[in-house]
Parts: sequence; C-alpha cells; structure tokens
Amino acid sequence: MSIWLTIDNLGLTEGGTRIIDAVSLSLSAQRTLVLGPNGAGKSTLLRLIHGLLHPSSGALRWSQPLSQAMVFQRPVMLRTTALANVVYGLKLKGCTAHECDRRARQALAHVGLETLAKRPARLLSGGEQQRVALARAWALEPELLILDEPTASLDPASSREVERIINEIAAGGARILMTTHNLGQARRVAEEIVFIDRGRIAEQTPVAEFFKLPRTPAAQDFLQEEMP
Amino acid sequence: MHEFNEPLITAWQLVAAADERLAGIVLLSLRVSLAATLIACIVGMPIGALLAVGRFPGRRVLIVLFNGLMGLPPVVVGLLIYLMLSRAGPLGAFGLLFSPEAMIIAQAVLVTPIVAALTRQVIADEWSEYREQLRSLGASRTRAAATLLWDGRFSLSTAALAGFGRAIAEVGAVMIVGGNIDGVTRVMTTTIALETSKGDLPLALALGFILIAVVLAINAVAYALRGWAERHWG
Amino acid sequence: MITRRLFCSTLAACSLLAATAIHAQERYITVSSTTSTEQSGLFGHLLPLFEKASGIKVRVVALGTGQALDMARRGDADVVFVHDKAAEEKFIAEGYGVKRQEVMYNDFVVIGPKADPAKAAGKDILEGLRRIEAVKAPFVSRGDKSGTHAAELRYWKAAGVDLAAKKGAWYRDTGSGMGPALNTAASMNAYILADRGTWLSFKNRGDLGIVVEGDTKLFNQYGVILVNPAKHAHVKQADGQKFIDWIVSAEGQKAIAEYKIGGEQLFFPNAKR
Repeated sequence: MSIWLTIDNLGLTEGGTRIIDAVSLSLSAQRTLVLGPNGAGKSTLLRLIHGLLHPSSGALRWSQPLSQAMVFQRPVMLRTTALANVVYGLKLKGCTAHECDRRARQALAHVGLETLAKRPARLLSGGEQQRVALARAWALEPELLILDEPTASLDPASSREVERIINEIAAGGARILMTTHNLGQARRVAEEIVFIDRGRIAEQTPVAEFFKLPRTPAAQDFLQEEMP
Repeated sequence: MHEFNEPLITAWQLVAAADERLAGIVLLSLRVSLAATLIACIVGMPIGALLAVGRFPGRRVLIVLFNGLMGLPPVVVGLLIYLMLSRAGPLGAFGLLFSPEAMIIAQAVLVTPIVAALTRQVIADEWSEYREQLRSLGASRTRAAATLLWDGRFSLSTAALAGFGRAIAEVGAVMIVGGNIDGVTRVMTTTIALETSKGDLPLALALGFILIAVVLAINAVAYALRGWAERHWG
Repeated sequence: MITRRLFCSTLAACSLLAATAIHAQERYITVSSTTSTEQSGLFGHLLPLFEKASGIKVRVVALGTGQALDMARRGDADVVFVHDKAAEEKFIAEGYGVKRQEVMYNDFVVIGPKADPAKAAGKDILEGLRRIEAVKAPFVSRGDKSGTHAAELRYWKAAGVDLAAKKGAWYRDTGSGMGPALNTAASMNAYILADRGTWLSFKNRGDLGIVVEGDTKLFNQYGVILVNPAKHAHVKQADGQKFIDWIVSAEGQKAIAEYKIGGEQLFFPNAKR
C-alpha cells in the first residue's frame, strides 16, 4: 500500500506534561500495531488520529479521506438489544430503517452473534459485548479501523475470536491500526510495528524484523520484559 | 408515645372507611403532582441533558442557577404564579387562579429545576462513560443528549421521583394559587395545614401518615419496576 | 421491547390520570372570606343549602379580612364576606365594591389560662386588657391585618394602653391566622383575642378557657359585598348577587341561626331588610 497517513511533528500537552512529543510518522502498511510500555502514549496517539483529541501542535495529513471506526478496550453498550446497538451506529451515518436493520444483522452474523441479536446487550459476556462493538464498527464498512487494546479485558478464547474477526475485517480491505499488550497477537495481526516510548516514536519496523532484532534499546528492554 | 397512637388509629379508620372526601383529596393530590412532575420531566430532562453534554457560553452559570433553584421556596413560587394568574396579572384573562391547573403550573415551576439538576448529574456520569464511543460514531451533542436520556431512563426515574416527592409534599405554593377551596383545590397538604390551624392535631397527623403512605407506596412501585428493568437490561 | 412498552404505558397512564377532566364545567362563584367563617364550619353548613336553592356552587377562599379584601381588589373574587367595617367601607369608597350589606355578627372572646394569673376575668374587655398589660401576662396577637387583629388593636387603644410604648416580650406578634395563633397561645399558656366560632371548633385547647365574654363592645359584625363589575368586568354579577340576596333573605338568615356547635349558636343573623 502507498502512504495513507503522514503525521507531522504531532504534539499533545496536558497540564504541562507532554503526552505526545513531536511525533512524525508515515503509515503505509495495511495492518499497523502500536506497541510500547504502559503510559507511553499509545492510546492517546490513536485518539489523536481518530479525531477524539485535538493536538496541541503539528498536523495529520491524510493522503485521501478515509472513513473510520474505532473499537475501545471496554465496549460501551447502550441499554437495548445487541441488534439495536449496531443499528444505532448505522443510523447516525444515515440509512433507511430497513437497510440499517439488514446491514446490522449481517454484521452480527459476521461476528457469530446472529442468535443473540435480540438479547439485551449489557447482559452479554465481555467477549460477546466486544464482538457486538466490532459488529457495530464493521457495519459502518470503515476504510480504517482503529482498535485500542480490544482484547485486554478478555479471556483467551474470546481474545482469539476477536482476533479472528479483526483479521477478517482486514481481509475485506480495511486498514487496521491497533494497540495491544499481547505480543503473540501483535505478531499474528501486524505487518508493521510502531514502537512508542514516553510519547516519542522509538522505531517503525516490519513485524518479523521487530521481533527478531529490535533496533532501539527501549524496544529491546520492552521485549525482554514482556517475553521472558 | 400516645400522641402517635390516636392519629394512627384515626388514619386507619379513615382508610378502612374508604372515606369519599378523603379519596377525592388524595386523588386530586396525585393528579396535580403527577401532572406537574410530568411537565417538569418534559421540560427539565432535556435541559439537564443539554447542560451535561452541551458546550455553549453561559453553561456553567446555568448549572449553578438550576442547582440553586432546587431550593426555591414554594411560597415564593406560589406568590409569583399568583401574581401572574391573578385577574390583575398578565395571565389573568385565562381565569386560572384557584384551579387545579394553577396548582399544576406552580408545582411544575417548583419541580423543573430539581428534575433538570438531577438529570444533569445522571447524564454527566453517563456522558463520561459514553462520550468517546458516541463521538466516534459521529453523534452530535444534541443527538448524544437524546441517546443518553433514553439510555439513562432507569436512573432518571430517581430524578422524576425526587421531583414528585417535592411536589406532593409542598404546601406553600398550592395554598396560595389554589386557595384551598373545599372540593376544588383542597389537596393533602393544604388539608393538613387546615386541620392543624383548627387545632385538630390528631386528624392532621393522621392525614400526614396517609400522605407518607401514599408517597412510600409510589416509591416502592417505582423501585420495584426499576429493579426489574435493570435486571432485564443491565 | 417489553420495557419500552411498559415505559410508554406508565407514562401514558400518568398523563391520563393527570388530565382526566380535572374540572367539569360547573356554575360557581368565588367568595373571599375569613378563616373564622370557614374554620368554624359555618360555610360547610350554609353552602350546600344555597347550592340546593340556586344550583350555584360557592368556592370559598379563606384568608384574613385584609387579604380577602386585597384579593377582591385584584379581581380574584366575585363576593367578599368579611368582618372589619372600617376596612369594608374603605373598600367601597375606593370603588371596588358595589354595596355593603350587614349579614350577621358573632362575638369575640378573650381566651386565657384557666388559672387567670392576670385576674382579667369578667365582662369588661377594656378592664381585662388593662389587667393583662399591668402584670405583663403573655398575650398572643394575630398580627396579620385580619379583622380580628384590627379589632384587637381598637380595644387596646380604647383601653388606653399605648402598645407602641408598652410592647415587650409579653406581647407576641405571631403574624398568623386564628388557628395557628390559638395553637401558639395554647402552647405558651397565653391570653389571646379570638372569635367565638373558631374557639368553639378549636380542638387543641390545652389549659385555656374563656376569660372575658359578653361585652357589647365585643360584637363582631360581618358584611357582604359584591365586587364592582365596573372595576373587573369578569365578575359574576348576577350569580354573586343571588348569593348575597339569599344570605340576607329569611331563608339564609334562618340557616345561619341554626348552625350550632355543641348546642351553642355561633352566629347571630342581623341583616336589615
């Protein structure tokens, strides 16, 4: 893929602390994973890219406008059915009631939840809720899907299922930008790793190379700690 | 304790006898206060939600204002509405003074700030949880406010109940704008005030017990419904 | 969608209950009157009789005489039925009332502790008040510009007691209606001027009893006035006049005389016909 986003000297300061410090980056891989220690600024970077936060300095340059959707670590479910949660997202983008319903059911089927469509979303298990969130994002047919630690609070089985869905969405052509603490997952999903440390980009490396031989000492330390 | 025995017995006798006048008074109390609460919810809840979610100049001032107005003295509200509805007042032509409608208006004015302020708190809590997801999906602030109002409906029942409790318990406003007319605008609280001034303290207290029982029963039903709904929707 | 249906039906039920014909259209007049006539139960006795005779319902708003007249001045009543001759005449002179007609009288009594520490008991109201002031025995005043309050101030003046100078802790200005003032007097074991009707129907008497009664000065005249339609066009002139005509008629006067509490007549009809 050609470069789809260029980040130019991006900075975010909050209460005198530089959370994102002069980040410059070009993203061209279809599946990019952002790794780094806790508090490095991974989630913040994703939120800046998604537009939930406004940078204090610098700019994002999109090569072409991309429709986006985001999935969060903790799925936010409205107090209604699983189906209505997916429909809600579609309605905001604008579609007829019938069309919304059809696309929502299709998305739920993709994540394997068609039988739970009429269940109250809040009473589903954590893993099922995250799959509803994925269906809600998927139904929007985004060109860029951003995921902030989507499996961090899930058990291994649910994590694998979520990972399978992410791969399937990617297979449909969407760009994936994601953070995770699960290095195995990173290795399976990513093409390219962006390693971030204390608000700065430490390195940007193809995935195989990163896990074999990280270039920076920070990334080396990180891998050693995470994979003893 | 014997001061409380006689009123309790009187209260029980009134209820057991299914006293028609008492039933009329209780029903009028419920009608007036439920209508006032309904109006207060229709007006106050959207205001509360927009104060929680919106970003516009004067928002903080409005929040402080509505919080402050929660303590609005009923007598002052009664007097203001009286002056508005009086024949000599700006709305005098409608001839609403000393009618149940006047009492509904007065109580709605009294209760709307309470509903709005409590709604704002509930929705503000929800907003902090939902904010990123709703913005990510592209919801405008108005749309988000509407979504959160519906999503917070079980918690918001507390705001409505607080408003209702205030409405049905107040005496100052309905006394002034209703005139405590026998069979027309006499409600529980004005009857209690009347019996107190007639020195019939046991009867006044007995009516007080009945009022408390009615309010408790409504709260119990609402609580049970909310519990059921929350178990159903999570 | 069970809860949505439940939610909507609850809402609908509430609004229905709230809206159900809160008042059926009926023929009525509004009378602003005093607490003494309402709380003594006189209206409860008279109004059903009048309604039966005329088909007109009477809505009574019971206030102090001063407030009752003010309410009529604002146009919020069709008829006033109060007991302060001077104030009523002023009301007429201002053009708010058509004509004042006398209806009945009751009398004031001085209520006080049965032990009567001021030795005020007797028939002479002025002497009684002087004695209360002389020993500074606790005295509760309405202080609310009601007819009773106005009468009390007149008696103090006639007794030669300059309240402005003599007022002290013994004189409690409560700013409340007859009933609440009696409640206060009962809890303080104080003297108080009250109308006999309210006293007779008053239940929370504590240790109080009648101390002074029977002085002709204590007679308390009630008048009835139609609010002037020239000032307030919406006044229900015809029906209001019907009420006035009935209450001064032989039938109305008889009904007033028949109202008794514990066998005791409260109001004495004296309309001039």
